[in-house]
Amino acid sequence: MNIFDLTIHELHTALKGKQVSSLEATSAMLKRIESVEPQVGSFITVTPEQALAAARSADQRIARGNCAKLTGIPLALKDIFLTEGVRTTCGSRILNNFIPPYSATSWEKLHDHGAVLLGKLNQDEFAMGSSNESSAFGSTRNPWDTSRIPGGSSGGSAAAVAARQAIATLGTDTGGSVRQPASHCGCVGMKPTYGRVSRYGVIAYASSLDQVGPLTRDVADCALMLEAVAGYDPKDSTSVDTPVPDYSTALGGGVKGLRIGLPKEYFIDGLDPDVQKAMAAAIDTFRRLGAEFVDISLPHTDYAVATYYLIATAEASSNLARYDGVRFGHRAQAGNLLDMYTKSRSEGFGSEVKRRIMLGTYALSSGYYDAYYVKAQKVRTLIMNDFIRAFNDVDVMLTPVAPTPAFKIGEKINDPLQMYLSDIFTIPVNLAGTCAMSLPAGFSAEGLPIGLQLIGKPFGEEAILRAGYAFEQATEWHTRTAAL
Amino acid sequence: MKLTVAEVEKVARLARLELTAEDKELFAGQMGAILGYVEKLKELNTDGIVPTSHAVPMENAFRPDVVRPSIGLEKALANAPEKSGTFFVVPKVIE
Repeated sequence: MNIFDLTIHELHTALKGKQVSSLEATSAMLKRIESVEPQVGSFITVTPEQALAAARSADQRIARGNCAKLTGIPLALKDIFLTEGVRTTCGSRILNNFIPPYSATSWEKLHDHGAVLLGKLNQDEFAMGSSNESSAFGSTRNPWDTSRIPGGSSGGSAAAVAARQAIATLGTDTGGSVRQPASHCGCVGMKPTYGRVSRYGVIAYASSLDQVGPLTRDVADCALMLEAVAGYDPKDSTSVDTPVPDYSTALGGGVKGLRIGLPKEYFIDGLDPDVQKAMAAAIDTFRRLGAEFVDISLPHTDYAVATYYLIATAEASSNLARYDGVRFGHRAQAGNLLDMYTKSRSEGFGSEVKRRIMLGTYALSSGYYDAYYVKAQKVRTLIMNDFIRAFNDVDVMLTPVAPTPAFKIGEKINDPLQMYLSDIFTIPVNLAGTCAMSLPAGFSAEGLPIGLQLIGKPFGEEAILRAGYAFEQATEWHTRTAAL
Repeated sequence: MKLTVAEVEKVARLARLELTAEDKELFAGQMGAILGYVEKLKELNTDGIVPTSHAVPMENAFRPDVVRPSIGLEKALANAPEKSGTFFVVPKVIE
C-alpha cells in the first residue's frame, strides 16, 4: 500500500509507531501531487518548502512523544481559508496576489495540532458555483473521469482527496459546496451545523449560510477533522458556545432502533436511475443493520433553490463590496475614485460572480427589497419549520446528495439556472442551518461515484457520524479508488 | 420575464460594475430567467411569518471591552496596491 492511500487514522498509527515519518509521508504526497496534478488540477498553489519544513518540525514533536491525532498529517485547504504568508486567491483574479496577514481560526487549530499544509485548493470563484468551472485558474477535473466536473464549489478539496493528493482537506459549504463535490468524487464530506465551526479568516460569500467542513476518505477521518476545528471562537461572534463532543468515540453503537426519515420531496421522478438504485440499496443496508424508516414530508422543498438564490446573492453583493481596489486585491488604473472602484471590480471579478452580485443588488434595491429579499427570508422560516417538525418524528434523514452523478465539463456552463438546480437536495440544509454529511453509496453504470446524504438535527453531528460509520462498516464503496 | 438593458445598466451602476455590451444582453436574459424562476415564492402566503436572518437562535454576542493587540500597520498595509508612509493612497477625491 502507498502512503498516499492512507487515511488520517492509519497514518497516525504509522507515525506514532515510527514506521513512517511525517517527512516521508509529506514527500510521498508532494510526489503524488506532481504526478497526477496535470490530469486533475486540484491545486491553485502548492507549498512544498513550507510543507517539508512543517513535516520536519512535526517529526521532532513526535520524537518528543507528542503525537496528537493530526500531528504530521499532510492536509490541504480550499483557497478560501486565509493562510498567513501563503497566497490566498479564493479562485479569483481580484485576489491573484493576495498574501493574508493572518490565518483562519480553523487552519490555526489544525496547525496547532501539528498538521502539515501541502497547498491551497482550486474552487469556484468566491465559492460561487457547482462545478469548479468558475475558477479564474481553470477547472479541476473529476479523478474518476477527467472529462467531468468534480462538483463545486469545493471541487479541488474533493478531487484532491479522491486523487490521493492530500490525506484530507477542508472546504466550505454554503448551498452544498462540500457535500456535492464529495458525492461526485466518492469521498466523505460534512457540512456541520451553522455556528459549529469558526469562520474567522474564511472569505465570506453568504454569511447566514456559509460553514466550514471536512472532506475525507472515511467517516472516522471526518470525525477527527471535525473535532479538531469545531468550537466557539471569540473572533467569530456567530460561532456557538456549546461543548464539542468527542466525535471519534461516538462512532460505534450502530443504528439499531434509529429512526431514519425519507422525505418524499427528495425522491422525485427526475432522479437519475443509478442514484435511485444506490438509495434503494442504502435503505436496505440500513434496514438490515436494524434502522427503522419513516416516510416524512418537507413540504417547502420545492421553494428552497429560489429562496437560496435570493438570500445568497443579496448577502454576496454586500460581502463583495469590500473588493474595491483600495486596501488589497487588484487595482485598476483610473483617474478618479469611482472609476477606480468600478474598473478594479470589473477587471477582477469573473462572469458568475458578477451575475450573482447583480442579482443580489437587484434583490436589495429600492422597490424590490420586500418583494424579493424579505419574502425569501420568510420562506426560509417555512423551510426551517419543515425540518423542526419532521425531526419530531425521526433521528436523522436519508436523501440523495445530487440528482445525477457528475456531469460533463461545459454541459451546464451556459445555463445558470440549470446549474443552480443541481444543488436542489443540499440547499435546504443550509437554509435550515442544520448539519449533513455525504458519504459514498455506490457507482453509476459508467463508474461514477454516487453519494448519500444523512441530515441531522442542529448540533446532531454525532448521530449522522454514527449512522454513517455503521453504513461504511457494512459496505465497501469508500475503499474504491479512482484509477489515475 | 426579461430585464431591459437599461435596468441591467442601473443595477450595474449600483454594484459598481462596468459590463460589456455583450454581457448586458446576456445578463438581461439570464437574470430575467432567474427572476422568473424565483417568482414561484409568490405562490406562498407568508403573512405573519417572521423573516429568518440567522439560522441559530442567538441574542447579541457580547464580549468584555478589553484592548487587545491588532495586526499592526506593517501587516495591514502589506497588500496595499499603493501606499505612502502609514496611508493607503487613492486617486484624488476632492478637486
